[in-house]
Amino acid sequence: MAKHASGGGVTLNGLESMVVGRLKTSGNGYYFALLVTGLIMMAGSIAGLQATIGGHHVFYGVTREVSWGILIAAYVFFVVTSTGLCLVSSIGHVFGVESFMPIAKRSVFLSIVTILAGFFVISAEIKVPIRMMLYNIISPNLTSNIWWMGTLYGVYLVFMIFEFIFLLLNRHKPALVCGFSGAVAGIAAHSNLGAVFGLLNGREFWHGPYMPIYFITSAMMTGTAVILFFHLVAAKVNNERLDDKMLRALDNTRKVGILLICVISFFTIWKIVAAIAGQPGGKYEAVMAMLAGPYAVNFWVFEVGLALLLPLVLFLKAGVKRPGMLLVASALMIVGIFIMRYDLVIVGEIVPVFHELGVREFSGLLSYRPSLHELVVTAGGFGMVGFLFLLGEKIFGGHKVSEEH
Amino acid sequence: MILKKELDMSRNEGLENLGSEERRHFLKMGLVVTGLFAGGTLLSLSSGARRVFASSGEFAEKYPYKPHYSMLIHVDRCIDCERCKKACAKTNHVPDYGYRTTILERDVSGALAGKREFVPVLCNHCNLPQCTRVCPTRATYKDPVNGIVQMNKSKCIGCLTCQMGCPYNARYFNEEQMAVDKCSFCWESRLSKGEALTACAEACPAGVRIFGDLSDPNDKVYRGIHQIEKTVWVLRPEAGTKPNIFYTRG
Repeated sequence: MAKHASGGGVTLNGLESMVVGRLKTSGNGYYFALLVTGLIMMAGSIAGLQATIGGHHVFYGVTREVSWGILIAAYVFFVVTSTGLCLVSSIGHVFGVESFMPIAKRSVFLSIVTILAGFFVISAEIKVPIRMMLYNIISPNLTSNIWWMGTLYGVYLVFMIFEFIFLLLNRHKPALVCGFSGAVAGIAAHSNLGAVFGLLNGREFWHGPYMPIYFITSAMMTGTAVILFFHLVAAKVNNERLDDKMLRALDNTRKVGILLICVISFFTIWKIVAAIAGQPGGKYEAVMAMLAGPYAVNFWVFEVGLALLLPLVLFLKAGVKRPGMLLVASALMIVGIFIMRYDLVIVGEIVPVFHELGVREFSGLLSYRPSLHELVVTAGGFGMVGFLFLLGEKIFGGHKVSEEH
Repeated sequence: MILKKELDMSRNEGLENLGSEERRHFLKMGLVVTGLFAGGTLLSLSSGARRVFASSGEFAEKYPYKPHYSMLIHVDRCIDCERCKKACAKTNHVPDYGYRTTILERDVSGALAGKREFVPVLCNHCNLPQCTRVCPTRATYKDPVNGIVQMNKSKCIGCLTCQMGCPYNARYFNEEQMAVDKCSFCWESRLSKGEALTACAEACPAGVRIFGDLSDPNDKVYRGIHQIEKTVWVLRPEAGTKPNIFYTRG
């Protein structure tokens, strides 16, 4: 990239012709995928805009009691992914583990893309986003985790963008500084997102120090899945064979993935045991809704099956030479993790706050079903990730890592 | 041993010598201690105020606001006529899809009479409110003078974290105002204009909602809580928010 830029005299015209030239090298399949993801992104934008103007109560399935729906889950999913990409990729280019180097550029780029998708989804979820931009700055509440989370993610995004620019320019020292700062900001932001849930005293399913810790670990697990998935898809998009260095990097990512699946399984088991032993009020009802209630399919099929067990088996079986299996495993894992995030948000709300009062109005679990608009906005977030990923592959020439790195 | 000897030597006063008033007091105390007055809900040993705050006595005795607005709700008096709800909606322009206060209904198992009970609920104007802590823009805040949990609606971004943080389901999003709305003890519509009561308290025909100043020993709310005859409780004390809505029977 740097060589291209300097070769073209770093003029705008030079850059433009280089980008157009790269985009023109693509096949029909690429353009079709770009069109589809672009259209999904546009549909999501239109649905979000319509709901913001026409009223969320008309277009969204959320209620007074279940105020956070699939859009919050999608936001959490995207920022979890972004933080994970940042943290796993930093093993190489920030902490100097050479074998992780080849995944650096694409991962940093994707961490920017996924956080933007998160911001896209949350802007359709926050009811008055314009006020957010103003009052977050002029009327901050320093005891609010959501304030810290938003602010730190803003800082994180800036660091990640600069890191990516420095990586493109092959300026490794400032890239390292930005990468390290971005990782610190990302951890701080993401644990604050965990605390948004974990520090709510009246919500037993979430309450406690578990959430911030779980969020960070879960982010790293998601990072491994997303790195594997997009690097393997990118090879197909660019019609390239994965070289030995890349294969080794992906294999190491796979190993980190195995470790993190085990850690998250351990976390999940103890979360369940803690909620069953002694049947603590609120927690017990929520966890039982996952184990044997309305969220049992989500939990057993998607969370346990797709996000943890199947990928674990496939990751263990797939070595360096079976990238197809890795691709399937990581794709299943991404689907499972999305449902994990969905359950984490929704199940925390379905036990009414007055469940122990014994009143008729709140005698059972509350229900929530995402509306069409919410689903389209969520799909829009995924469309955005796909669209920007595809665009990035061509514009940045397959995110090649230079030899001198 | 010495005590036993003394007791053996002393003469039995006999029940016939005990005044009827003393007997009644003793019986009442027993009922309060066993929690029978609260239908077995609570074990009560001391003044209601000390108990319901679920924290150190210091916090209970030191009411940090002046006036420290509070409400004592006599649940057994409520007949679910909903005049409080209507008065609230009319006074505070509450749309029909939301509410600032409502009445919940529960079956009282094992009761010989009055098998149903109505529980009015509203914002508890907690001393340690979760909603104000979690709000990113300080759109909701605790009034430093009177302790009312208020909304500055122009700052509300509609993230609904306050709704999630509230252990009392006391908040809803008002689509017309594009902000979260909640009970303000009728501050804008009544108290700030010199009225003494909230709309709901005034509209109640059965004297269910007693509204007043917890920092004033002569106030009805203060006296209703600082006594040992009747059990007083709060909803969801385990949430630790130190609410200012109290419940009692009788």
